[in-house]
Formats: sequence, structure tokens, C-alpha cells
Amino acid sequence: MSDLGFVRTEMLPEQAPPATTVGAIGWARQNLFNGISNSVLTVLSLVFIYYILAAMLPWLLSPTWGAESLNECREINGSGHGGACWGVISERWLQLMFGFYPPEYYWRPIAAFLLLGVALAPVLFDTAPRKLLIFTPLYPFFGAWLLWGGTIWNPLAALAGFVLGYYAYKVVAAAAGSLAGVIAAALVPVLWWLFLAGPVAGALSSILPIGIQAVESRAFGGFMLSITIGVTAILCSLPLGIVLALGRQSDLLIVKALCVGFIEFIRGVPLITLLFVASTLLNIFMPPGTNFDIILRVMIMVTLFAAAYMAEVVRGGLAALPTGQYEAADALGLDYWKAQRLVIMPQALKISIPGIVSTFIGVFKDTTLVSIIGLLDPLGLSNAIRADAAWNGIVWEIYGFIALMFFVFCFSMSRYSMYLERKLKTSH
Amino acid sequence: MTTLTDPPKESFRLSMLIYDTRYRSATIQVVALIGFLLLIGWLISNTAANLANLGKPIDFGFLGEPAGYDINQRLIEYNSQSSHWRAAIVGLLNTLVVAVLGCITATVLGVIIGVLRLSNNWIVSRIMTVYVEMFRNVPVLLWIVFVMAILIETLPAPRAFRGDDATASMVFSESVAVTNRGVYIPEPLFSRGLGDIPVFGNSFEISLDLIAILIVLGAGIWGSTVVRKRADRIQAATGDRPTTWYLRLGLVLVPLAILLFALGFHLGYPALKGFNFQGGTHLRNSLIALWLALSLYTAAFIAEIVRAGIMAISKGQTEAAGALGLRPNRIMSLVVLPQALRVIIPPLISNYLNLTKNSSLAIAVGYMDITGTLMGITLNQTGRELETVLMGMLVYLAISLSISAVMNWYNNRVKLVER
Repeated sequence: MSDLGFVRTEMLPEQAPPATTVGAIGWARQNLFNGISNSVLTVLSLVFIYYILAAMLPWLLSPTWGAESLNECREINGSGHGGACWGVISERWLQLMFGFYPPEYYWRPIAAFLLLGVALAPVLFDTAPRKLLIFTPLYPFFGAWLLWGGTIWNPLAALAGFVLGYYAYKVVAAAAGSLAGVIAAALVPVLWWLFLAGPVAGALSSILPIGIQAVESRAFGGFMLSITIGVTAILCSLPLGIVLALGRQSDLLIVKALCVGFIEFIRGVPLITLLFVASTLLNIFMPPGTNFDIILRVMIMVTLFAAAYMAEVVRGGLAALPTGQYEAADALGLDYWKAQRLVIMPQALKISIPGIVSTFIGVFKDTTLVSIIGLLDPLGLSNAIRADAAWNGIVWEIYGFIALMFFVFCFSMSRYSMYLERKLKTSH
Repeated sequence: MTTLTDPPKESFRLSMLIYDTRYRSATIQVVALIGFLLLIGWLISNTAANLANLGKPIDFGFLGEPAGYDINQRLIEYNSQSSHWRAAIVGLLNTLVVAVLGCITATVLGVIIGVLRLSNNWIVSRIMTVYVEMFRNVPVLLWIVFVMAILIETLPAPRAFRGDDATASMVFSESVAVTNRGVYIPEPLFSRGLGDIPVFGNSFEISLDLIAILIVLGAGIWGSTVVRKRADRIQAATGDRPTTWYLRLGLVLVPLAILLFALGFHLGYPALKGFNFQGGTHLRNSLIALWLALSLYTAAFIAEIVRAGIMAISKGQTEAAGALGLRPNRIMSLVVLPQALRVIIPPLISNYLNLTKNSSLAIAVGYMDITGTLMGITLNQTGRELETVLMGMLVYLAISLSISAVMNWYNNRVKLVER
């Protein structure tokens, strides 16, 4: 075989791929210009984006931050040049945030929302220190006190109801069995709130007047109002929705019928009709003479509304769970509540995270509806601002600002849900 | 050897109601029922006491009284002397109009956007993602007032159409005028119309022309279905499918065209007279804004549903159908679409439901739907909060329940039959 001239013994080094298939050019060829129709689409899209930007950018970048009225803006922008009038935002953004909350107390809502972050951190992120969990259940009382002010004894008295309920359970359960304990734990706090909490708080505050200036609900407005209503409804609707979903899945015929009736009724009517109920009818349903706060009434209705939707989402999660899980929990000898708590709920809730978060987003967006019954949420305030002589005729800037704020809140919520899904994912 | 013995007879004790699983569920249910009835009773007694204090017992007599307000966008005859009841009906029809229009446009837009979002063209799919996120994360009420503002601020006033130096002009060969007071479109007219027949004791009139058109259209579609079924049978028997599309199209269109000609169908075009347009159908800004905003908003949700539905069909299905020798359009219509629709339809219908309920936000732009008439002006004029709000809720509940009934029927029809 000596006539074999040359046999390569070592491999040739790899050559770089052709320049047209890698890098920016390759990417563009693959994703933008593969085929005639795609190229046409790409060009059309680029033209579309150019027109949008050409129309938006000069408008967005108009130097009107200092203007104090629409006329001043027009002077700055000059004739024939339609730029945005950002003066309205720089002048009114505090109002859009806090409504008519007294400016000297702005620190209170700010503190309340910062502390909300602290209270939620250990629930939302497992890198946060665990000790913060102690603060979380205390926050609702503390936050409400910061926002509404008044004597500190009222929230403490409300909190005392839960503490009393806990001890009632411990004492009675040890003496007369767990079921009697549950009944006592439900009964004692209710009796306390209905009959004792008010007088006790009143007496304590006359003895030891610790408190901050009370702020009327009428002063609430802007994003503060949206977030207050939204966060309350979100936090209360999840447990209520889980209970309703369990009721709907239950074998007990009457309980099931009640839950189905409630869920279908609430889901069948628009939120705005429920808000009409809150603004006009809820006082009629209460004992004569009762007149409680409009924000509280709205919170109750929004919570019930959100709970019905939440119940359907959770029910979807429960239904998606294989029957084997229920049977395995039974086979382990767990009772109903233990099975739910240890086996069913952790999995069902994990499945329903996307639905739960989109319900949250929906509830937060729906808080804008309170402007229709006359509360001054950002949208309600925008009407007031547009009616002002200095800003009469302003449209885009103020709606754009409100839309941007809502977008930031809702978009970050949806991103968080994606993060949570990734974190809890156990499949491959 | 053992003998079967009965378990020791236990005498009934009160604690067994709680600790014995045979009785416990009954106990819980009875307690729940009693609690529920107590709650209802408490609410009713409160309501009765409050209403007695206010001196206005529940009374639906106000429905017969003259409403005294005008509704500018309406489908049936109405004037300010008509009753509150009729105003409510006008409102209900307006709700249904915007809901149906909205559902149609939202579906069309949503399907297009959902498919484009799956496009392998990077820039197109990005634009669609931006659209979806933009609309999903901003409240629908904001979109409604925003679109309303766009219509009022950017469209030309009717006077811009006037004179020799008109700055605006009508579109679609001088038949549609888009102004800041609304859109004027041609209206269908019948020169040899059949007239109206009164129903419900002269309170409403239904156009016979409309009935005739619907009957002919229905018959045409039925005939076309018969032809399709026959083609199916022939295909099943022989393997060849006869070409039927021109026959089916003709069965629908030809009788309709003949009927329209017989009725003397023509269009009444809007024309500028004085300071405003006359003639044609006037779609007010409030209707357009609501319709557009609801469609754009719901389309974002529908787009996500369509995308999820298409992605839910595994690639193996397409490949298997290809291996069976099906052509691409048959793969789509016979294999992918039926399965994707099973995923798409239920959430799609619940989005229709949401759109219908969101149409109650019409009150923000002054469109007189049932919320604006019955729960808006009628409530304010008569002071009958309980009656009007309850009636309004029942109307929405009825709409929702009928849509859910359709959904359940569909779900049962396409359900996968499993073990």
C-alpha cells in the first residue's frame, strides 16, 4: 500500500461558520427574513414601529415639567407643535398618589406601604429572614391604624379578639374536646367584638390616650385608595375563596348548594352592581341606625367579588389533582382537615398560582370602578383635575400616567407569579 | 368455629351527632342551613325595618310611570314620555348590542393576535406581546375613557366636512362619515317593506322585513347543511368528495338576494345638512368607544387563550396526521382544530361573559345600557334603590346563566370520553 501518497493523521481545526449564519446577520436571517412573506411582515412592522415612535417621542419629550397651567404648556411648546404637558403630573402627582390625605401625614401611608412590603417579604420570598413572619399577622391592625389613625386601642382591641379566640380554643379543647374548642374559638371573639371591644377600647383610651390624628375615609384617594382596597380584597379573598372552593367540592349537599349559589350569583353580576349595593343598599340590610364607612363597605363587596372568582380558580386546582392524592391521604389515616392542609392544598394551590395571580391583578384593576360610585381613586381624581380651570382640556398626560402606574403594578405581579411557578416547579 | 354476632347495640347518645361519622355530616348541614336561614331572616327583618323607617315599602309601580329622560342611542321606539319599564328594555337591548358587537370583534382580533404571537417572525411576535401586556395590565375602565377621549379629541367635527375647503371627507365612497360626534353609516331601507307587527299588546313592534330575512337566511343555511351532509355520505361511500362550495354558497345567497330585491332594499346614506349629518344610522361616540375598548381589551385575553390552545396540541398530533397522508389544511381542520377548540372554547366563553359584564362600565361614557337606565337615571329619579338594583342584578344573572348553559352544553358535547 505504499502508493498511497498522503493520509492525514490529525484532524483539521474547525472552521468558523459562515458569517451569514451566525451573529446578528444570521439571527436576522433566521428570525426576520426567512421567506418572502416574513420579510414583508418585518418591513411592515418596522414601518409601523417607526410611525409610532415618530409620533410619540417628540410628544413624550416635551420640556413642560415646570408649567403651571395648560396655557403655559402651550406657550412652551410653541404653536403647531403638540407636545405633552407634563406640568400637570409634576403639580398633581402627590394628589394622584394620596388624594386629599392631609399632606403633613403623608408619612403615614408611606410607612404603611413600606411596612406592607416588610410584612409580605417573608411570605413572597424565601430568602427574607424568617423572623419577619412574626410581624406579618400583626401588620393588618398596625397598617389600618397608620392609615386611619385614631387611638391605638381600637386595633389592639380587634387583635385581642383573635388572641382570645386562640386561648378559648386551647382551654376549652383541653377540657371538653376539640369540637367544643372550635365552637368556643368562633364564639368568644365574635362576642368580644360585638359587645366588649368597643367599650374596653374606649375606656382604655380615656385612661391612656395613645394615638395619632384620625383621618376620615373621605380624605382617602388616589393610588393609596386603590392599593388599600386592592390589598385588603386580595388578602381576604384568598382564604375565603379556598373555603368556598372546599365547600363547593364537599359531599355535604346543603353546604355545597350554598357555596354554589353564592359563587354563581357573584360571578353572574358585574362588579359595578355590587358597588351600587355597597353604596346604596348595604346600609338598608344592616340594623337600623348602622352607618358604616363607605370604604369599608366597598372593601367588603370587592372582597366577596374576588372570593367567588378565587373559589373557581382554586376549584380548578383541586379538580386537576389526581384522585390518587386524595386516596393516598385517606389511606394514611389523615382526617379531612389534615389531608387538606398537608396533602391536597399545597399541590392544588401550586397548580392554581397563575389563576390566583391573574385574579389578584383583576381585582387590583377593578378597584378603578369605585370612581363610578364617587370615590376618588386615580380615575375619579383625573376628572376633578380635568375640571380645574388651569388644566381644563388635558387628557393624554393624566390618563397615560395612571395607565403607566397600573401597568407597573400589574406587570410586576404577573412577573412574580412566573418566578413563583419556576421556583415551585417539581417536574422536569 | 366462630359465629357471626351482631355488633353490640349502642343506644343513641347526643354526642354521636358530632362524633359518629354516620350522623356528623347531617349535623353539620343542619347547622349550616339554620345559620344561613338565620342570616337571611336577619337581613330581611333589617331591610323591612329600614324600609318602613324610610316610608317606602317595596313597590314596582314606578316601572309604569313616565321616565322623563331621553335615550339617544336606541333600537326601539322610545321618548321621554315612555315608561321606566320601556327605558329598562331599551337599556337591556343596548347592553346586548354592545356585548354581541364586542364579542365578534374581540374574537376576530384575538385570534389574529394570538396566531401572530406564535409567529416565527421575531419582531411581529414581540409587537403582539407588547399589545397583549399593554391591554391586560391596564384597567378596562381606563381604556374606555381613553378611547372616548381619542374619539372626541382627534376626530374632525361635522363642520370640517362642509364647504369647498373641507378638511375632512367621508370614507368608503362617500358613505361613512367619521366625526367627533359619532360615526354615521348607511342604513338599510326597504321601499316595498312588509311593515311591522305589534307584539305584547302593541308595546313593541317587530319588523316583518327582518323576520323574512332571518327565515330565508336560516332556510339557506339549512339547505347548505343538507348538501354538506350529502357530500359527506358520498365521500364515505366512494372516497370522492363532490365539489359543492358553489352550490352551498348559492343556496344561501341567491334566495337572500331575491328577497332583498323583492323588498326594495336600498341604503340610506348620511348627508351633511346644516351643522350636522342627517340620514343614515348614527353610532354615537359612547357606543363606539365602549365597543372598541371592550373589543381591544378582551382581544388581549382571547389572544392568550388561542395561543395556549394551539400550543396545547402536541407536535406528535400534526406529525401523526401527516404520516396518515393528510394534506396540511386537512390536518388543521380535522386534527389540530377540533382538539385546540376543546381547550379554547370554555375560557373563550367565559371571556364573552366578562365582556358582557364589563359592558356595564358604559355608565362611565354615558352609553345608556341597563346600568345607565335602570340602575342609573331611573334609580336617581325614583329613589327605588332596592328594586332597581335587584332587577339589574337579575338581568345580568339571567344573561350570565344562559351563557354558562351554552358553555356546559358545548363542554358536554366535546368532552373526551374517558374511562
